[in-house]
Amino acid sequence: MTPLAVTAYTATSAVGSGLAAQLDALERARGGLRPNDFGSAPLTCWIGRVDGVEDTALPAALAAWDCRNNRLAWLGLNQDGFLDRVRAARARYGAARVALLLGTSTASIGATEEAYRRLDPDGGMPDDMLRPAIHAPHSLAAFAAAALALQGPCLTVSTACSSSAKVFASAERMLRLGLVDAAVVGGVDTLCDSVLFGFNALELVSPEPCRPFDAARNGISIGEAAGFALLERVEAAPHAPRLLGYGESSDAHHMSTPHPDGLGAELALRDALARAGLDAAQVDYINLHGTASQKNDEVEAALVGRAFPATTRASSTKGFTGHTLGAAGILEATIALQAIEHGLVPGNLGGDTPDPICGAHFAWRNEQRRVNVALSNSFGFGGNNACLAFARAGFAA
Amino acid sequence: MSALRVYVEGIGLWSPQLADFATLRALLAGTTPPAPPPRPAAAVLPPNERRRAPESVLLAVEVAGQAVAMSGRDAASLACVFASAHGDQAITDYMCATLAQAPAELSPTRFHNSVHNAAVGYWTIATGCHAPSTAICARRASFGAGLLEAAGQVLAEQRPVLLACSDIAGSGPLGEVSDCRQPFGCALVLAPQAGAATLARLDFDLQPGADAIDTPLPEPLAGWRGGNPSAAALPLLALLAGRGGRCRLAAAATLGLVIDMERVA
Repeated sequence: MTPLAVTAYTATSAVGSGLAAQLDALERARGGLRPNDFGSAPLTCWIGRVDGVEDTALPAALAAWDCRNNRLAWLGLNQDGFLDRVRAARARYGAARVALLLGTSTASIGATEEAYRRLDPDGGMPDDMLRPAIHAPHSLAAFAAAALALQGPCLTVSTACSSSAKVFASAERMLRLGLVDAAVVGGVDTLCDSVLFGFNALELVSPEPCRPFDAARNGISIGEAAGFALLERVEAAPHAPRLLGYGESSDAHHMSTPHPDGLGAELALRDALARAGLDAAQVDYINLHGTASQKNDEVEAALVGRAFPATTRASSTKGFTGHTLGAAGILEATIALQAIEHGLVPGNLGGDTPDPICGAHFAWRNEQRRVNVALSNSFGFGGNNACLAFARAGFAA
Repeated sequence: MSALRVYVEGIGLWSPQLADFATLRALLAGTTPPAPPPRPAAAVLPPNERRRAPESVLLAVEVAGQAVAMSGRDAASLACVFASAHGDQAITDYMCATLAQAPAELSPTRFHNSVHNAAVGYWTIATGCHAPSTAICARRASFGAGLLEAAGQVLAEQRPVLLACSDIAGSGPLGEVSDCRQPFGCALVLAPQAGAATLARLDFDLQPGADAIDTPLPEPLAGWRGGNPSAAALPLLALLAGRGGRCRLAAAATLGLVIDMERVA
């Protein structure tokens, strides 16, 4: 495919708000997980909670959108000058020529949970929660459309943990067809009881900080994050890093367990490499899905081992941020972009006793090296897989 | 200039009043068709999955199955775009009620069925489909946004795509705010070229502006549209049941999709 320019990007997660905080955490191997202090009856586990969400105030004109997820979205949009970059794109192309495509798994369901905890005596939602827009899964994208004053195509992708990777694919198609001239992509998911107790019910949550690809890993740590990127044609920004390709596939296997042979994950990877015109050996770094669940890590490590030479470095960064679910795609895309920009392969935090299934590809500690091409894997419930390929400006496959 | 042109090869439809697309056609021709059974058959699912599947999955699989059968395509070959404004509201209502009272008792099965892509997940598993699949929403513009996403995939990838859009009725306190009063689902199989199975040709134009409204509908269609966000598809379905014409749907809160339909078969 014709590459696209990633002309701006930003991320906010448990390791901090904005790219500088994220890079600092990666460079110092400083994880952001903490003992669970979320909610009134916290489960015994560790979480990736973002500081300052509760203190974030939405502009008065957007007050009807107030809820934890939209506060985190607003906090995220205010980092790294991202609002100004969107404003400039809107001025340059027109509000109807900029798409807004966001991923989330649970949107603001935390607000619906709260309304159910405080039902009126008649059994209905309390008056302050009678805001239909925040009880719909489109809440995030509709809020962002209002906050960014965009009027082009606007949709929410909600494919569980691949959501905010797949928005890059939708954006590329819209740009290729000439429907828009730029796209704001990204995703936000926040901590809420649904995911904490839900993953706990599935026995997928670790009581300790998650240990991706560790021999003794015992489950995920749930986190929250907001991330955004602005995509434009390369001519608009020849020196910006690039989206080189993407791949999407379905496992057709099971709702909550990956295909045992990584069939769908490999289809997404091959699709991404083919679109990007890349040989596997040209990939310098892969940010893995690496959730620290038994099955995911086993299947994904085997895929890395059979598809890449050991010169391709690989790691999961969920030990830093936790698994941010529908926001994981964009969050880890920004880490892949920082790997390219700063020549940093982040170490696989938490993998102190590597699982023997992991090959020599794994970067257990930080490595300083030039990264021209970086991939990011995102796999979700329902067997929904996505793989993104990024490269530095000027890289020719 | 028409930016987007796709071809319709299959149409699926289900609501408490309409068993399939032929029933809508009969209704618009002036007859009073019999109501379908209360539960969508969802025959594509294996029997054990059909018994266990939540209502939102049955509805989406039913309309998707109808559309694919009409197209004659192999379901495994179709990329999938499944849209729904609310996902499974009965499960969301159950989860929020349980979390408010006894969070540790949350059902793991209902939790994994609560993801917005549950329906497309069950569909791809049942049909052995490894093609890209997505689940999207855009409130009352969910059908239009899904149609734009599906048409984008058809044209950019030059491949046939299955679009399904469905919402079940709301439940509990959530149902009161979502104001979704009865189930409605529909599906289209869209292709980049005309072929033996082609039923109609669609030409799309994007029309920015928040003030333009959706195409007016006669009763009872207007009432059905008011009672379910996925029924925003009805102006296009009504066109497809006739000889041709133009309709306008919302593709986003501030973006209209003007569709010219010409009957081919």
